[in-house]
Amino acid sequence: MQPRSSLRRTARGGIALAVLLALLGACGVTRGDQDRDIAMMIPNSPGGGYDLTGRTAVRIMEEQDITGGRFEVSNIIGAGGSVAMAQLMNAAGDEHIMMTVGLGVVGSTYSFGADYRLQDATPIAQLIEEQEGVLVPADSPFGTIDDLVAAWQADPGSVTIGGGSSPGGPDHLFPMQLAAALGIDARDVRYVSYDGGGPLTSALLGRKIDVGFSGLGEFEGQIASGELRVLAVSGEERLDRDPLAAIPTLMESGIDFSFTNWRGVLAPPDISQERRDELIAFLAEMRETPQWEEALEKNGWTDAFVTGEDFEDFLQEQDERVATTLEELGLI
Amino acid sequence: MESLDLLRGGLEAALSPENLLWAALGVLLGTFVGVLPGIGPAMAVALLLPATYGLEPTAAFIMFAGIYYGGMYGGSTTSILLNTPGESSSVMTAIEGNKMAKRGRAAQALASAAIGSFIAGTIGTLLVVFFAPALADVAVDIGAPSYFAIMLLAIVLVTAVLGSSRLRGFIALFLGLTIGLVGLDLSTGQPRLDLGQSLLADGLDIVVVAVGIFALGEALWVAAHLRRSPLTVIPTGRPWMGRDDWRRSWKPWLRGTALGFPFGAVPAGGAETPTFLSYILERRLAGKDHEFGQGAIEGVAGPEAANNASAAGTFVPLLALGLPVTATASIMLAALQGYGIQPGPQLMTTQSDLVWTLLASLLIGNTLLLVLNLPLAPAWAKLLRTPRPYLYAGILFFAALGAYTVNQQPFDLLLLLVFGLLGLAMRRFALPVLPLILGVILGPLMEVKMREALAISGGDASALVSEPLAVVVYAIIVIALVGSVLAGRRAKRSTLDTEPDTDTVPKQKEHV
Repeated sequence: MQPRSSLRRTARGGIALAVLLALLGACGVTRGDQDRDIAMMIPNSPGGGYDLTGRTAVRIMEEQDITGGRFEVSNIIGAGGSVAMAQLMNAAGDEHIMMTVGLGVVGSTYSFGADYRLQDATPIAQLIEEQEGVLVPADSPFGTIDDLVAAWQADPGSVTIGGGSSPGGPDHLFPMQLAAALGIDARDVRYVSYDGGGPLTSALLGRKIDVGFSGLGEFEGQIASGELRVLAVSGEERLDRDPLAAIPTLMESGIDFSFTNWRGVLAPPDISQERRDELIAFLAEMRETPQWEEALEKNGWTDAFVTGEDFEDFLQEQDERVATTLEELGLI
Repeated sequence: MESLDLLRGGLEAALSPENLLWAALGVLLGTFVGVLPGIGPAMAVALLLPATYGLEPTAAFIMFAGIYYGGMYGGSTTSILLNTPGESSSVMTAIEGNKMAKRGRAAQALASAAIGSFIAGTIGTLLVVFFAPALADVAVDIGAPSYFAIMLLAIVLVTAVLGSSRLRGFIALFLGLTIGLVGLDLSTGQPRLDLGQSLLADGLDIVVVAVGIFALGEALWVAAHLRRSPLTVIPTGRPWMGRDDWRRSWKPWLRGTALGFPFGAVPAGGAETPTFLSYILERRLAGKDHEFGQGAIEGVAGPEAANNASAAGTFVPLLALGLPVTATASIMLAALQGYGIQPGPQLMTTQSDLVWTLLASLLIGNTLLLVLNLPLAPAWAKLLRTPRPYLYAGILFFAALGAYTVNQQPFDLLLLLVFGLLGLAMRRFALPVLPLILGVILGPLMEVKMREALAISGGDASALVSEPLAVVVYAIIVIALVGSVLAGRRAKRSTLDTEPDTDTVPKQKEHV
C-alpha cells in the first residue's frame, strides 16, 4: 500500500512539527510560580522595533529573574498596532499582561478610528527614545540642512519627501511637524510613503525622491559607504556613536524643533495601584542592569525612563500632538 | 574571468563529503517543512534557521542553501498535489499543476517544476555571480512609473485568459480587484471596505483567498456532488516525464528564467508578477490546440522557473545593496547577519570569501535538490491515490491549518470559509477563477505604484511616462492591442469563410 505510507509520512511530519512548535511554545510559559508569569504583547511583526524593544526587556528580566516568573511573548499583528491595542483594552483588570507600545501605535488609534487612546490603558513606563534623521543621496544639491530648509520654504512642492511609514507613523509625523515648525503648511508637503526602510533606500539611491525622513538603523551601511548623507538628526542632542556623532541636530542648525520616536510599556486598564507600582519596579530594576545598558548602545537607543503619572502625561501630550498634525492634514 | 576563479575557490571550499551531507539534510528538512500547509519558503527558512546555528560558516551556508531551495520546492508540491499554494508566488503553479495531477500527470508536473526550478536557480545564481554589482546600479533606476506600465501590460494580457465568456471573465476580474481594495490605503491611512473590522485593515492575504477559492471551494463542490457522481480514484499514470513533456517544457523553463530574474533583481519587483506574466505568455504562445485549462505542462514549467529565477535575482539587491525585497529575502538578510556577513555596498569587496562560498553553496544546494527530489516525484504523486472522501478531508484539514498559520488569527478561518463559499458559487455559475486571482494580486500593486508615481510628481500625470522603460512598455501595450484587434478581425473573417470554430477559446467549465 504505497499511497498510505506516503500519506502517513506526511502526517508524521506534520505531527512532528506540531509537537516541536508546542514544545517551543511551552518554553515561554509555566515554570515555577505561575502567579508571577506575565504575557508580553508585541503589536507588530517579529524583527521590527517594537519586537526588538519588547523582547530585549523580557530577555533581561528573565535572565536576572526580576519578576520571579516567566514571560510569554506574542506578536499580535494588525492595523499598525490597533489589533493588539484592542486586545489590551478588552483585558481590563488582568494584572498579568503588558504590551510594548510606541509613537506609531498612537497614530494607528486615529487612523483606524479606535475610540480609546493609549492613556486609557494603564501607562507603566517609557523605556527608550530613538532619533530620526534627514537623509539625502550623496550627490544631492542639499549640502546642509539649511540648504534644504531654504529650498523647502521657498517652494514646499519642489521638494519630494519619502518616509518608511504610512500616515500617522513616525516617518510621516516627523516631516509634517518639522514643516509646521518652519512655517510650511503641512498640506503642501509632498510626502510619499514607502513600505519600510528597504523600498525607501532604493527610492533614495535611485533619486526618485529628494529627501528621506527615517530612523537611521537600517541605513548605516549606506551611510558608512558614503552613498547616503545625513543632513541632521532629530533629537535634542547628537548621537554618540560614530559615524553619526558628526551629524548636527536640528536645534544646532537654528531650527527650534526636536522629534523623537519612543517606545514604552502599557498594562490593561483597571489594574490595582499596587500591581502598577510593582510592574514599574520590575522595569526600573531591568533598566539598572548592565545588559540593558549594552542593548541601548547596540541598538542606538537613548535611555528615556519615565514612569507612572509622568508617562501618562507624556502620552496625553503625544496624543494631542499627533491629533493636531493629522487634523491639519485633514486625515482625521 | 576573475569571477569564475573566485567561484571555483568557493566551490572548492564548499565541496566536501561532510558538507554535502549537511546540504542533503538541509534539502530534506526544507522540502518536508515546505510541504506543510501555510508554510511558504519564508516561513520554512525562518523555522529551520536555528538548525544551522552552531555549524561553522561554510557548513551553515550549505545547509541553509539546501533548506532554502527545499522550502521553495516544497511549496510547489502542495500547489500541484493539493491545490493549496503556500505563498503568492506558487499560486500560478496550482492552476495548471493541479489539473495535471487530476489527470494522473502529477509526477510529470512535479518533475517539470523541479527541473525548471533547478535550471532557473542555476542560471540565476550564475547571473548574480557575474553581474550583481552592475545590475544593482541599473536596478534602482527603475521606479514606480515603469512598474505601473508593466502592471498595466499585465492587466491588458489578462483579457487573454478571461475564458469563453467575456462577461463572466470580467465579473471575476472585477471581483478580484474589489477584494484587492480591502484594507488600509497606504497613502492616506484611510481604511477601505473593512466593514469596521480592524482585522480586515491590513487587507486580505492572497494565500487565504487562493486556498479558500481553490481548495475549499473545490472540496465543497465535490462534497455537493458526491452522491451523484461515482467514487473515482485519480489515476497515477506514468512516473516519469516523456519525450513530449521535455519538448514542451524546455522553452518555458528558459522563458520563465528570463522573465523572473529581472523582477527579482529589481527592488520591489515582487515574486508573483513574473509567475503570472510567464503563465500568460505561455498560454499565448501555446497556439490553437493547447491544453491550458486542462493541465498544460507549459503552465507549470514557466511559472516555476520564473519563481526560482526571481528568488535567485533577489540576491542582487540583497548582496550588492543590503536591500531585502521579499519576505524570504528579509529572513535571509537576518540569517546572513547571524553568520557575520553584513550585506551592503561594500560586501563584495570586504568579505568576498564568504560571498563566493555562499554563492557556491547555492549552486550545490540547488543541484542536490534535484538529485534528491526527482526520484521522489512519483512517490508524492501516489498520494493522490487516496480515495476521494479521505483525500478531500485531508485537503480541508491542510487548508484550514495553512490559513490559520499565516497570521495565527481565528478570524482567517472565517475568511477561508467565506472564500470557500465564493469558490463554490463561482464553480456553480462557471465563473473562471484565474482572472479573480490576477485581480487580487495585480490590483493593489498597480494602485500603489501609480499613486507613488503621482505622489512624487505632485499629481502631474506626465510622470507616468517619465522613465524610458515605461515608454517602451506602453509601446508594447499599444502594439499588443492593435495586434489583437487585427488578429480578431482576421479570425472573424476566416470563421465566416469556414464553419464556426468553437474550440479556439478554452472552455472554463471542466471543473471536477
